[in-house]
Amino acid sequence: MLNHCFLCRNEDLKEMLESSKESLKLEAMKRIVGLIAKGKNASELFPAVVKNVASKNIELKKLVYVYLVRYAEEQQDLALLSISTFQRALKDPNQLIRASALRVLSSIRVPIIVPIMMLSIKEASTDLSPYVRKTAAHAIQKLYSLDPDQKEHLIEVIEKLLKDKSTLVAGSVVMAFEEVCPDRIDLIHKNYRKLCNLLVDVEEWGQVVIIHMLTRYARTQFVSPWREDAVFDENSEKAFYDSEEERRVEQSKPYIMDPDHRLLLRNTKPLLQSRNTAVVMAVSQLYWHLAPTHELSIITKSLVRLLRSHREVQYIVLQNIATMSIQRKGMFEPFMKSFYVRSTDATHIKTLKLEILTNLANEANISTILREFQTYVKSQDKAFAAATIQAIGRCATNISEVTDTCLNGLVLLLSNRDETVVAESVVVIKKLLQTQPSQHSDIIKHMAKLFDNITVSMARASILWLMGEYCEHVPKIAPDVLRKMAKTFTSEEDIVKLQTVNLAAKLYLTNSKQTKLLTQYILNLGKYDQSYDIRDRTRFIRQLIVPNEKSGALSKYARRILMAPKPAPVLQSAFKDRDRFQLGTLSHSLNSQANGYLELSDWPAVAPDQSVRIVEVAGAPVFGKSKPGKSDEKFYSDSEEEEEEEEEGSSSEDSSSSSSEESESESESEENSDDSNKSSSSQSDSEKKKKTLKNKKLQQQKPDSKDRTKFFLMHIVLSFSNQFVASCRCSLLCLYVFLVCQFDTISWDVRVSLQASSPVFVPETSRELLHRMTGKGLSAQYRFTRQPCIYGNSMVSLQLTLSNSSDQALENIHISEKSSTGQNIHRFNAIERLEPQASVTVSMGVDFNDSTQAANFQLCTKEDEFSVSIQPAVGELLLPITMSEADFTKEQIYNKITKTLKLNLNEIPCGLSVWLANDRLGTGNLFKNNNLLKCYKYLNI
Amino acid sequence: MIHSLFLVNASGDIFLEKHWKSVVSRSVCDYFFEALERATEPENVPPVIPTPHHFLINVLRHRIYFVAVIQSEVPPLFVIEFLHRVVDTFQDYFGVCSEAAIKDNVVVVYELLEEMLDNGFPLATESNILKELIKPPTILRTVVNTITGSTNVGEQLPTGQLSVVPWRRTGVKYTNNEAYFDVVEEIDAIIDKSGSTITAEIQGVIDACVKLTGMPDLTLSFMNPRLLDDVSFHPCVRFKRWEAERILSFIPPDGNFRLLSYHVSSQNLVAIPVYVKHNISFREGSSQGRFELTLGPKQTMGKAVESVLVSSQLPRGVLNANLSPSQGTYTFDPVTKLLSWDVGKINPQKLPSLKGSVSLQTGASKPDENPTINIQFKIQQLAISGLKVNRLDMYGEKYKPFKGIKYMTKAGKFQVRT
Repeated sequence: MLNHCFLCRNEDLKEMLESSKESLKLEAMKRIVGLIAKGKNASELFPAVVKNVASKNIELKKLVYVYLVRYAEEQQDLALLSISTFQRALKDPNQLIRASALRVLSSIRVPIIVPIMMLSIKEASTDLSPYVRKTAAHAIQKLYSLDPDQKEHLIEVIEKLLKDKSTLVAGSVVMAFEEVCPDRIDLIHKNYRKLCNLLVDVEEWGQVVIIHMLTRYARTQFVSPWREDAVFDENSEKAFYDSEEERRVEQSKPYIMDPDHRLLLRNTKPLLQSRNTAVVMAVSQLYWHLAPTHELSIITKSLVRLLRSHREVQYIVLQNIATMSIQRKGMFEPFMKSFYVRSTDATHIKTLKLEILTNLANEANISTILREFQTYVKSQDKAFAAATIQAIGRCATNISEVTDTCLNGLVLLLSNRDETVVAESVVVIKKLLQTQPSQHSDIIKHMAKLFDNITVSMARASILWLMGEYCEHVPKIAPDVLRKMAKTFTSEEDIVKLQTVNLAAKLYLTNSKQTKLLTQYILNLGKYDQSYDIRDRTRFIRQLIVPNEKSGALSKYARRILMAPKPAPVLQSAFKDRDRFQLGTLSHSLNSQANGYLELSDWPAVAPDQSVRIVEVAGAPVFGKSKPGKSDEKFYSDSEEEEEEEEEGSSSEDSSSSSSEESESESESEENSDDSNKSSSSQSDSEKKKKTLKNKKLQQQKPDSKDRTKFFLMHIVLSFSNQFVASCRCSLLCLYVFLVCQFDTISWDVRVSLQASSPVFVPETSRELLHRMTGKGLSAQYRFTRQPCIYGNSMVSLQLTLSNSSDQALENIHISEKSSTGQNIHRFNAIERLEPQASVTVSMGVDFNDSTQAANFQLCTKEDEFSVSIQPAVGELLLPITMSEADFTKEQIYNKITKTLKLNLNEIPCGLSVWLANDRLGTGNLFKNNNLLKCYKYLNI
Repeated sequence: MIHSLFLVNASGDIFLEKHWKSVVSRSVCDYFFEALERATEPENVPPVIPTPHHFLINVLRHRIYFVAVIQSEVPPLFVIEFLHRVVDTFQDYFGVCSEAAIKDNVVVVYELLEEMLDNGFPLATESNILKELIKPPTILRTVVNTITGSTNVGEQLPTGQLSVVPWRRTGVKYTNNEAYFDVVEEIDAIIDKSGSTITAEIQGVIDACVKLTGMPDLTLSFMNPRLLDDVSFHPCVRFKRWEAERILSFIPPDGNFRLLSYHVSSQNLVAIPVYVKHNISFREGSSQGRFELTLGPKQTMGKAVESVLVSSQLPRGVLNANLSPSQGTYTFDPVTKLLSWDVGKINPQKLPSLKGSVSLQTGASKPDENPTINIQFKIQQLAISGLKVNRLDMYGEKYKPFKGIKYMTKAGKFQVRT
């Protein structure tokens, strides 16, 4: 019935559209737009609507455009009817009509018209009207998403538009640049100064995009303005130096900022006063990532000002301040009161403010902050109260003067009426007690008394852990608690059960007379538990502590393993590792890498040639006839490439550094221009640098490759962590990787200068690839040789043994050309003939793209084709390297992995058992490395 | 950048959708609805919500959620700021930004959104430019359009798009040339139990309504510009001039706009214009609690404190309140536990008070915390920081405009902890 009505209505809309009266048509279109807005389907009206595309009435025309953009993708054939109208409109004398025709033409997403779009974009990019050129810049992105194959042509257009001097175009073309070819940083060089100078006049949205792009650019082109010692150790007095003194300080040190670097900082500074919050944030992140430490303080006020804005703005700004305040407390300390929580704030705003206040706490202001926290603990918003307790815990560990005060305060909270508050207090007290357990046995006793009334499982588990860990301080109470737990074991949560097993084991070791039976009872209960984690833990504990003939060496160490002194946990901010993302980005906000996130590179050790940014005044590319300029460039870039090949061969990121010849000639020609006064000193300096650079390049490019290694290793580790966090099963694997790292046998992808060492152990066993039954006599087995692949750096080498078990010879055995999955496979040469009962061994290479996805391919004989697949284990994708422990710590992999581990803290149920089961590690080495002890704390044993 | 936009009303229905690239199914909003359900208050929905393939960035204004769908990395503030700009534009066009207004003007809304964003990147957000492209709907214009057949859509590219002053359209004509400036200051403060100030700040804005013919060039100077600690400008203000001389020099946009917002330096002591005497107590075991509030003026420089509104979120255990105000009216919502008292003007001779008892749930334990009290008020003809405009001059045009400056002080986030 309803449907019928709808159809009727559409009928009359159709009639209206086909009538000769303009007003009726307009009315119909308005109603159709209403339908689209509600998300109703109006696609069947397409033929009737598309006829009106050439209407004279501009409003009608616009509404038809709206309709076309919405439905053209679904009705491609009919949409083609409208194309000629647009092509005509592209030549209209009215720039608005030209622009809107291009907009619609590029928005309708019909692949057939890609060539027409390309042509129109090229034409529009040389239009006299900057508005049309701006539209062309937008169209570039649209065409790119429709057909990525056009990239090369589009880059040409981008290059042309980047030279445009109109402020209207600048933002849009940089946006297109960021979407289409963000890695072509060489296109920016010549336009860098122009962009910096135009920036203030660009419309605000363009400013944001340009600032983000320039941040990335600057990080690849300038050397770090942060002095080594000043990066983390910050002197708050510095912030108050006035500019004169600043300059003197700057002169006294050898670092001289590139004038272009200075230009960027100077030209973005006024934008801190923008009314657009996104612009202010963009400038702030630019200063954060590029400015010398002592200049950072100017962004503080502006950021604090943004806190007056809308709730959503506050949220993002607070997140960024939280990350900043970890590294530089001094920046925000004077504004501490701006972060005081109001009862009307939304919960996520409150939590962020709390986070920042905790980060800002130091010896001087802690008493004020704690007083403020006292009010928060009493808040009606219990989630917020719980967060406050955690914050108090963090303050207590970070500032030793107040640890006792905080602890006493928290103990008082144990008698609070609200359960979440009590539970949170217990958890925090547990962490605090770890720092000085001996003095606090009465607190532990107090908590044991509370135990019966606490139902939150995390709190119960914490108390049990405390009991077990410090059972020697409370020898009478602990067994009693265990007795109670034995009664209720089956109805507890998993986390509580695990800790009960722990407590039992520890008591068994220290006080076996009283608790032997209890322990055995609990272990029996655990043995048949539903959760495999608990069964696993129980099995492990039983093997470890109950001596029997099989356990042998390990149970001797049981006491040392379980009762080892554990380092106190470091309570740290959730924003600690967020600085790996560029501030102000979506990825930073979510703390996970978003699609299309562009990594901010590290500062180069030596600045690339700065003369690439010099624009020749005489030959300045005039808009519309850029040809001579272009050919010039080509000439330069050619010679550049040659030189590079001679000098370094494999550099990828150094494409920006050009030949010294070029720079010399250019600096000469530039001498008379107005810039030269300022930059002459730095130029001579840069020439010196260039020489050293050359030397280094000639030598072996050592520092560079080392840097890259670091980057690589981190990259690998990080990509691991992302994958692993996804599934808790993998956390074991992650721990495994961590431990293997500890013992220096980890293998890395060796695209870098590190020498791959030969593997310690290569398994001889082969795995089946093709059984002789399915292969009609042909059988294939494969094994990983664990040798660097000769076919390509990213490939894994495989050895294939093919044998013929039939009674006829097999001919032309090869791998089919088409591979069903994306992997790159280096095929072995086709085997012309394989006699019956004979076998042959060949080697091949597969690029698994660093994933454990199976490689599927076709193994063919003359007559048949067999689909086979190889699934690699993670370990097979890695190559071993040897490095000393000192090197290793330097690479700081440990830190990265520890972070991963922390993320997985709750997901490691029985990690130690895996660790022990891993026969690649000798048990005797267990305590060799101090770092290992730290992993106890994650395992919570 | 911005892929699609969904407008969601308070009851959780999508009532408008607009796509700038391929169509994103509205089922993507399910993730938003999930977050909405989890949030205890409408404000508690996180502004950024990740979903498997998209990111949802939302803002809440006028009880409408504006949910933008994002597919790849983009500065979140970029999107948030843009969404707020969309709301501002709607408000500018329709007077109010409500579901009804948007539904009534759905065609204009669509035309606006089409002009504001191209392929997800902002194209024209300046209200002066938009108004030349799409004329705001008025009754008169609708009538004229139906008779003459002309349209609401401009045929020429707005002059502002290409000029160096994109915020101002050319050819503006008025018979009465006037320029009004409102200096509005807000006090944010937290006052503790004992009446001492924990934190207090003054934020101010200068809103302007300029209706001047031609291309006037204005300068505005202050008696005491040193007070302004941190400022943000409308793009029309010449930054260099401010840096050098502390003078605001600008070619104004046509109509209403915010010229300046500022923060008064924190060194200055902030005068707190009202005080609150309170006695709120709950006794253990008893189902009654005492509630007494008295307001009084303090440091008001002789001006009257008006439009006073007191509100307070009472603890969950409170069942009802039985109070009697000495002036004004009070309401208590037993569901949300929100007490609000519309006081009106404070008379220094006879201080307003609200006294009585609140009944608690029997058997419930005594609430931990006494409620915080939020106060709103207005003081006319006073900028509490002491900021004063010195003079306003106009260059570039011959006529004599009518100039006016108004001062006002308001409570921002003014809280008293009890």
